Amino acid sequence: MEDINDIQNLNVVGEGKQYIVVRLGNEQYGIDIKYVDNIVRQQRITRIPSAQHYFKGVINLRGEVIPVMSLRLKFGLEPDEYTNATRIIIIKPESQAAIGIIVDEVKEVVTLSLDEIEKPNTADSNDVQIQYLSGIGKHGDGLVTLLNISSVINEKESA
Amino acid sequence: MDVSQYLEIFIDETKEHLQTLSDQFMVIEQEPENMDAVNEIFRAAHSLKGMAGTMGFKRMQRLTHDMENVFQEIRSENMKVSPELVDVLFRGLDALEAYLAEVLETATEGEEDNEEICNTLNSIAAKATGKGGDAAPAPAAPAPAPAESSAPAESSTESSTSSAGGSAKAKYLDIPIADADRTTFDKAKDSGQNIFGITVYLQDSCILKAARAFLVFKALEELGEVFRAVPSVQDIEDEKFESDFSLIYLTSESQQKVKQVIESVSEIKEAIVGPVGEEAKAEEEKAPEAEKKEEPKKAENAPAASQAAAKAAPKKAKEEKKPAAKAAKPAVGRTVRVDIEKLDVLMNLVSELIIAKNGIVSISTSDASINDSGLNEQIEYLESVTTNLHESVMKVRMVPIESVVNIFPRMIRDLSKKLGKKMELHMSGEETELDRTVIDEIGDPLQHLLRNSADHGLEENDERIALGNEEVGNIYLDAYQEGNNVTIEVRDDGAGINIEKVRQKAIDKGTISEEQAAIMSDKEIIDLLFRPSFSTAEKITDVSGRGVGLDVVKTKIEGLGGSIECKTEIGEGSSFIIRLPVTLAIIQALMVEIGKEKYAIPLGSIETIEDVPFDDVKLVQMKEVINLRGTVIPLIRLDRLLEVEPGDFEPESLTVVIVRKGDRQAGLVVDNLNGQQEIVIKPIGEYIHCSKLISGATILGNGDIALILEANTLV
Repeated sequence: MEDINDIQNLNVVGEGKQYIVVRLGNEQYGIDIKYVDNIVRQQRITRIPSAQHYFKGVINLRGEVIPVMSLRLKFGLEPDEYTNATRIIIIKPESQAAIGIIVDEVKEVVTLSLDEIEKPNTADSNDVQIQYLSGIGKHGDGLVTLLNISSVINEKESA
Repeated sequence: MDVSQYLEIFIDETKEHLQTLSDQFMVIEQEPENMDAVNEIFRAAHSLKGMAGTMGFKRMQRLTHDMENVFQEIRSENMKVSPELVDVLFRGLDALEAYLAEVLETATEGEEDNEEICNTLNSIAAKATGKGGDAAPAPAAPAPAPAESSAPAESSTESSTSSAGGSAKAKYLDIPIADADRTTFDKAKDSGQNIFGITVYLQDSCILKAARAFLVFKALEELGEVFRAVPSVQDIEDEKFESDFSLIYLTSESQQKVKQVIESVSEIKEAIVGPVGEEAKAEEEKAPEAEKKEEPKKAENAPAASQAAAKAAPKKAKEEKKPAAKAAKPAVGRTVRVDIEKLDVLMNLVSELIIAKNGIVSISTSDASINDSGLNEQIEYLESVTTNLHESVMKVRMVPIESVVNIFPRMIRDLSKKLGKKMELHMSGEETELDRTVIDEIGDPLQHLLRNSADHGLEENDERIALGNEEVGNIYLDAYQEGNNVTIEVRDDGAGINIEKVRQKAIDKGTISEEQAAIMSDKEIIDLLFRPSFSTAEKITDVSGRGVGLDVVKTKIEGLGGSIECKTEIGEGSSFIIRLPVTLAIIQALMVEIGKEKYAIPLGSIETIEDVPFDDVKLVQMKEVINLRGTVIPLIRLDRLLEVEPGDFEPESLTVVIVRKGDRQAGLVVDNLNGQQEIVIKPIGEYIHCSKLISGATILGNGDIALILEANTLV
């Protein structure tokens, strides 16, 4: 995980990275824009029996069957309440199939330079969910939790 | 020049040529006099040699070259095909296949020289030339010899000339000079011209050899006169040469200048220029030293040449080892060779699609009153076009099973030798088509079954005779299409499986208890063969019988969505019947509703659909069963299994879909039937760890997703 972060940092020296800021309950999360393939509206999700609890099912995205995960359930928050603002962000990691994640709202795209990103405090390992984070970004007067996408989508069920 | 872009073509074509070789070797083994086969082999070996040479695969080139030589001798009737020769040829073929495998993996041919095979081939060829001395062209045949000097056997015949000439690389020294030529030389010398011998080496990677040679000629002709070329100019133009050619050249320019001119042509590895005739001998003494100074590379050759020439040849081969070694890993993609006709059909359909689209566009812009009927018509048209399009695209994925089974005759031949049993393989239905994905996977299981038949299925020859059967055992491989399935049958006319022996073995191994064994039907006993690590072979051979076998075959075939069963009759033989879906990507399925969810059940596994009144459901050991025309079938409540929210209405009877796997059945309880539909299977992906029940998903006409139930895992 460290290595990946280091490599990512190398790419952005001086420039900063773009993140899509999404809302989940009262918190703001940032998703590295390079992973984002698409953002679609909430649509009919077909349930998959006996899948991991945080997988809501699959959707049909232009003829492709794409699994959809609830970030809320993954992070142990209240189950999703679908509203008009609910979106499914389609993530396309490099050598893996696409996957959708459900968020309450997509807010904006921000560019964070390196000095606006703080590394997560890895010493504080009691927090299980620290592994999903790649840092904390300071944007304006708010804070954005930056998601470590590969560990969010690949990690086995934690709690 | 980078040849990696040709790698795929090379691999494809090499496979084809190897297959030809294999087939024809089988033919000449049976009919040693068959000249058509010999010619065919000669051609295939020749093409292979050329291709391997182009790609810089020297070892492959050498081996095929030696094969070609042998067949050259057979063609000119200096020798006959002998069983020993066929054996060597088959070994050579294996070696070539190994090279190809290496090329597939690493883009290089590897380090294996297969010296022994080459030597055997050469000694066979040499024997032939020796024996048929008068008819054969003299070993020191002037023109072709230098061009083909890479084989060690030849280099020995050549040694007489080349060792006298100094460097083995200066092949121009081998060009014979007649007395008449000398007068020309003298005349030229008088007029102040120099006479040089030139040997030009093209780079191993050079593709357009003839074109490069032409450039060399053109450059040289500007400065002087090409007196003689070996191979002949015509042959060079036709690219009938290896990687080098030699010339005798008259010019007033200096040796240095000539060399420089030739080497300025691209893709020339090296040009060796030197005086010819009497002067050559005088120069010889100085040559090693002079060359050492100006070109350290050549220095390696000079001393080598002074040793025995036979030694020089392998050394040269080693020197040329490196080409393409650094080429990036090829990651050769999976390709399908498509019949051009199939593509034409696709193209036509696409144009029809465009016409249909235009039709709809024109309707939408025209008067509203005629819209209705016109639109419907266009939609129907569109529908038929898309259906055809869909079918054609699927056909493109289909590959005849031939590409898998054509290695089997060879395999059975080898097995026959190894096991010392006479046997014959009869194949039918090689043209039956299967989806590419299935074809890729089906080879190993079939091979396994055939080995099984050869090793265990057929009795020893004397046993067969004792039983009054003909001595030669028969193995059959039949493939044919049956509705949505392709059936492949591997059959032998051997002793059949001794069911009692299997039963006893199962008890000994503790697979089943004696009580169980007593009540199990023959069929159930035979099914035990498919259990992991169950082998009844009394002796373990290296052909089969290690106990890893049928279970692996079964797993693989089930993984492909197919099934396998075994039928056997004592004294008649046994057969393994494999049923595979024609294509994995599209299947016929029954659409069902469970609660509010839609599922698809592959039609292939469905036996019947029954309406069962509630009262007919009985409980046996706390499990629901129904008695259907005398068979007790367990019921599976899909809604509970799939954790579906129950529907609100209570039906009076149960709709039960009876599915079958092998000879076991189960009844799936569904809420509603939605008819039959052709569905496209989409994978769900690696993220979701869903139960084995779901084998994939499909997208319905309205954009919804239905999950596909894997009936095999339910039964």
